[in-house]
Amino acid sequence: MNKRLLALLSVLVIASMALAACGTPATEAPAPEPTEAATDAPTEAPAPAAFECTDAIGCVTVAPGDPIHIAYALTVSGATASLGDDSRGAIEIAIADRGGELLGHPIELSGEDTLCNAEGGQAAGTKISADPTIVGVIGTNCSSEARAAMPLISQAGMVMISPSNTNPDLTNPDHPDAHPGYFRTAHNDLFQGRIAAEFAYNELGVRSVATIHDGSPYAESLQKVFADVFRELGGTVTAQEAINVGDTDMGPVLTTIAAGAPELIYYPIFEPEVALVTSKAKEISGLENAILMGADAGFSDTFPEAAGSAAVGMYLSGPYVDVNNPAYGEFLAKWADQIGGVPPSGFHAHAYDATNMLLNAIEQVAVVDADGTVHIPRQALRDALYGLSGFAGLTGNLTCDANGDCATGEALGVFQLSQAEVDGAWPPPVFWQP
Amino acid sequence: MQSLKRFSWTDVFMWVVGAALLTLIVVGSYLTLQQGKYTTVQWFDLAVFGLAQGSVYALIALGYTLVYGILRMINFAHSEIFMSGAYIGFFVATSMQRSGFLRENPVLGIVFIFLTAMTTSAILAILLERIAYRPLRGAPRLVPLITAIGASFFLQYTFRGLFGTQNRAYPEIDFIRGAIPLFGSFQIQKIQLIVIIAAALMMAALAFFVQYTKTGKAMRAVSEDKSVAALMGIDVDKIIVRTFVIGASLAGAAGVLYCFMFRIVTFYMGFIPGLKAFTAAVLGGIGNPPGAMLGGLFLGIFESLGPTLFLDGLGIPAPYQLKDVIAFTMLVMILIFRPTGILGERLSKTKA
Amino acid sequence: MSTQNRFDWLKAVQLGAIAGITGILISLVGMLQQFDSRDIIAGSLSMGWTMLFLTVIVASYFSAAHQPSKLLSIAASFVTGLVFGFVMCLLTYAVDTFDLRQTLVNASPALVKILTFEDGVPTGLVELVVTVTIAGVVGGVIYILPQRIRKAVSLGLTVMVFLGLMQQIIQVTLSNFPQVNSATAWMFGRGTQKGLSFNGAIVVFLVVTLSNLFWESNATKVNSQIQKMPENRQRSLRILGYGLLLLVVLYLPVLLGLYLTEVVNVTGLFILMGLGLNIVVGFAGLLDLGYVAFYAIGAYTVGVLTSVSGQLSTAFEWNFWWALPVCIFVCVMAGIVLGIPVLNMRGDYLAIVTLGFGEIIRILALSDFLKPHIGGSQGIVSIPPPDFFGVLLNKPQTLYYLIVAGCLLALFVSQRLRDSRLGRSWKAMREDEDVAQAMGINLVATKLLAFATGAAFSGLSGTILAIKLGTIYPHSFALLISINVLSLIIVGGMGSIPGVFIGGLLLAGLPELLREFSEYRLLIYGALLVVMMQVRPEGFWPEETHKREFHENEQVPTQEAA
Repeated sequence: MNKRLLALLSVLVIASMALAACGTPATEAPAPEPTEAATDAPTEAPAPAAFECTDAIGCVTVAPGDPIHIAYALTVSGATASLGDDSRGAIEIAIADRGGELLGHPIELSGEDTLCNAEGGQAAGTKISADPTIVGVIGTNCSSEARAAMPLISQAGMVMISPSNTNPDLTNPDHPDAHPGYFRTAHNDLFQGRIAAEFAYNELGVRSVATIHDGSPYAESLQKVFADVFRELGGTVTAQEAINVGDTDMGPVLTTIAAGAPELIYYPIFEPEVALVTSKAKEISGLENAILMGADAGFSDTFPEAAGSAAVGMYLSGPYVDVNNPAYGEFLAKWADQIGGVPPSGFHAHAYDATNMLLNAIEQVAVVDADGTVHIPRQALRDALYGLSGFAGLTGNLTCDANGDCATGEALGVFQLSQAEVDGAWPPPVFWQP
Repeated sequence: MQSLKRFSWTDVFMWVVGAALLTLIVVGSYLTLQQGKYTTVQWFDLAVFGLAQGSVYALIALGYTLVYGILRMINFAHSEIFMSGAYIGFFVATSMQRSGFLRENPVLGIVFIFLTAMTTSAILAILLERIAYRPLRGAPRLVPLITAIGASFFLQYTFRGLFGTQNRAYPEIDFIRGAIPLFGSFQIQKIQLIVIIAAALMMAALAFFVQYTKTGKAMRAVSEDKSVAALMGIDVDKIIVRTFVIGASLAGAAGVLYCFMFRIVTFYMGFIPGLKAFTAAVLGGIGNPPGAMLGGLFLGIFESLGPTLFLDGLGIPAPYQLKDVIAFTMLVMILIFRPTGILGERLSKTKA
Repeated sequence: MSTQNRFDWLKAVQLGAIAGITGILISLVGMLQQFDSRDIIAGSLSMGWTMLFLTVIVASYFSAAHQPSKLLSIAASFVTGLVFGFVMCLLTYAVDTFDLRQTLVNASPALVKILTFEDGVPTGLVELVVTVTIAGVVGGVIYILPQRIRKAVSLGLTVMVFLGLMQQIIQVTLSNFPQVNSATAWMFGRGTQKGLSFNGAIVVFLVVTLSNLFWESNATKVNSQIQKMPENRQRSLRILGYGLLLLVVLYLPVLLGLYLTEVVNVTGLFILMGLGLNIVVGFAGLLDLGYVAFYAIGAYTVGVLTSVSGQLSTAFEWNFWWALPVCIFVCVMAGIVLGIPVLNMRGDYLAIVTLGFGEIIRILALSDFLKPHIGGSQGIVSIPPPDFFGVLLNKPQTLYYLIVAGCLLALFVSQRLRDSRLGRSWKAMREDEDVAQAMGINLVATKLLAFATGAAFSGLSGTILAIKLGTIYPHSFALLISINVLSLIIVGGMGSIPGVFIGGLLLAGLPELLREFSEYRLLIYGALLVVMMQVRPEGFWPEETHKREFHENEQVPTQEAA
């Protein structure tokens, strides 16, 4: 027995030595501020009630030293991983911009993977709503996730700002899937589809179009709005085709479209399919002169590079980003520095704006006690976001309406790609604005 | 087959379903052709797309079928081996493009891309066989299958972690771009021609290898009966590794060809072609290399022509979306009437 | 190898190199960086480092195992640790000196910072080598411990790491019980610090280790005492056990809180599917890769029948309870219809054709062709939650009971079927179709019944999914689900009913808990599948006959390994 005890003790000594060895440098070295602040914090319970929460759906109280907790619910694995990575990087940059702190508290970002389907959205929504310390959520990427997640998050009193949901239902007050506390910086399909159709009909003067979607709710809904508005304006829609995510050979579908001889093809689909359609379209007999047009799903600098010279002259509808605005260039520089490379998809600016909106709103409504305790009234936070107007973001001036749409059609633009973008310049110049 | 003959109601059901589908195909094709929406040139283009796509499927399918013939296992991770070749090819191609080498010596450069991609894929396959599959020799059939699925996830997400999620594009190589005019207004894209010819050459080389070389004969012996082959002095483990290497090299080459055609590389790109190639292997008769080739071409052409030919005339919206439905329905139809694929499997009965 | 009396240099260096490659992989796929901010023990041990330490500890453990004496074991573990440290140094140096980020996105300055404890290249490298070498020696020490203590210590460490990992979930769950607030605050890190507090870690480790030691030395005694009890006492003890289990099952949602109940629900849906597929694959031996088709059909039938925006709801006021039997019936019919074409196919032909069916169903659900009826890519939305005598089943805590009821029903049915005449026919067919037919088994009926029963369970799972989500999209019915369900029954032990539950917990529950690992979830999942199949190819709770088969086979590899 003694021998065993000795052995056990020796393991513990060595193990603790090992722990100490890796522990010491970490505490000696200038560790990131949040950790520092947290260790210094007094450990007593939340401050007594100098502040009384009168908010209709409650308050979040953050004791001195505790973090202000926000979450993300993004799709960071599977085929849509680039979307989630794109948004997450932007959120991290927005937090880093403030030195990781808000009102003297560290900002904690916890995240859930939502997989771009309803189950993922529900699981992430449940997990987030179970944690009462979370103030707000940045997410989701796909509208299907939001449908399942939002009832839970809304009920928990939190706010959620989506960088890339575009389904009209989510902010349609008559629809059961619209919930209070939901906002988005992405454009409702109704705006973007209409503007794209008006641009095609009035500005380009085309009278016949074809559309392609990829079976994602986003693209399907956008092309439908586009086609409906285009018909309404008096044009003809020769075909509404579809491909599957993961398809590579776009020849057959484009040949089918070529049979209707449309003047313009509108395909608001994601990478990589959008690049495959673009590069193939010019090779199809009958489509040599067709005008190509995509949407913000293809609005990223990897797209023209992947599509090659076929992308020259193509139009993309998307958020209006002022090229002369140095903020976007700065953002890209920060990305290259902190995350590396370039943003992998087209919604990073939306996510960056969403995060800043949330953090600003928290700052605006928070009540700070003398000892540094922060109280965040939840309904007031929602109201602050609903009342947001003229927020100067990377995606233009954002003004939230009463349904939670923060990106109204005014901040949209149509861009035209040229050889410069194919060679790596980004973003393209704005061609037209409504 | 005969064992079930007396339960004729299932046969009747199948014949009825088969006849209904056949009628649908015939009526659909007739209506499409009658409408005359598509010119002959367009039909020709569709067939060529299909042939090129099918050649790539066939190259990948050979890897499935060779491994299946010897180990009786579905190597689900084969699609990731295909992806790895494409990825490494991308890095080689971009660096050569940046240095201008690819523009000056396109042929040499392209050969070099192929060699590196094939080598990478082969090394990965050797590692996979050694680490994941070899300890499972003799385990029941489903155990290596699950291992292969696990390995597939592992490789996919390792590549994602290493190289990131963004889509990357092969450089535009002028040498392989443009179209070659044939007679009349018929023309063929250079790259499609290259893919078809390269795939045909590789498949011919493989057929020769399996038929006439010593290793090829040993491979056939091992696939007939492992223990007897071992008694004949064949090093079974070595032959299995070689089979993996051959299959992986073909997949690596297929990866590069695929990216010459479509240019885009992602960590996720192996999944769907891998699935299609596996379908092709089964369609042709799994374990049977000529079957895999035939299955690949057949599948490629059906996917390309099928939706337009069969469904367009029936007034079905967005027929191209249903191309996989057509492909899989064809598979089911063929397997119903030829339960071991088009050319039949080349496996000894004892192991079935 | 133990006959050799020399120090096995080669093995020690080789294992160190393998560990080093693993370490490089962990660093370069970004896990180290991603998990550096996540602590297992607040303020000292991050999750990223835990992974590196575990790698080197495991490697040096095996390196120690190859040596003839205890002293040499420690020496070998030291060498392994040193080699690992050297390889990591090379990586750090390379990342620091060359700009590799164009190719390897995670080879960033931040990685160097982490690996050198933020001390820069020359000094940090020394610290790195020293630290991992010590970790290597720890691995060696663990090896030379007596087996009983080794087991207890490893268990203690595992539980400690697991609790540290699950800190957020545990803390959120425990926040529902204010009584234990001070204990949780003491156990876990505060503020942005994650993981166990230092005290908490030590307490957890000691408690688990000591109680395991205590249990190991007394388990036989307790068991023999129970054995000695009279028959009726034993029985009442068993009934007491079952009663307790039932109580726990009933109270689980209250104990677990919102999120963990949701995890249990998701696991339950997979278990329900697993029980069904276990009949098809495990009992009848029909490899089905398109099992998700029935899940989809179940969900879509409920959607079409009960959804507010559905097509048929206007004709007759369907509610869930009316729709349920219809759904099951539709699924059974689908099982038979899709079963007939594959009657003649065997093995992998069956696999690919069923896979094709799964894809066909998904694509049809997605297609514009059927969009007017079932919503296409926009799915079916607004499926109302069912009303169970006034209780709306729309929260995880209430749905839980529906899922448990479903699982119990499926459990009961499959248990009864397994021991029935039909069950024996299935097993006979699994072993050899021709012989089974010669014995007078009607293959057509037997196969179709297997497909139909499996489809019914999967359909039930799908219907519950539909009301749980309230919306269904075709994207939810990917091939991945079929693969996951198949994996879980193999990992649990093919044909074994308890195995399905274990597989479900491991392959559906655990990934759900590890959601915050986000993009590395599937990487870990894949690696785990490979490892599990190597370590326990027969599954975690194999069926008796299968276990015997595996033991027959095991004779061969052990000889080869020697």
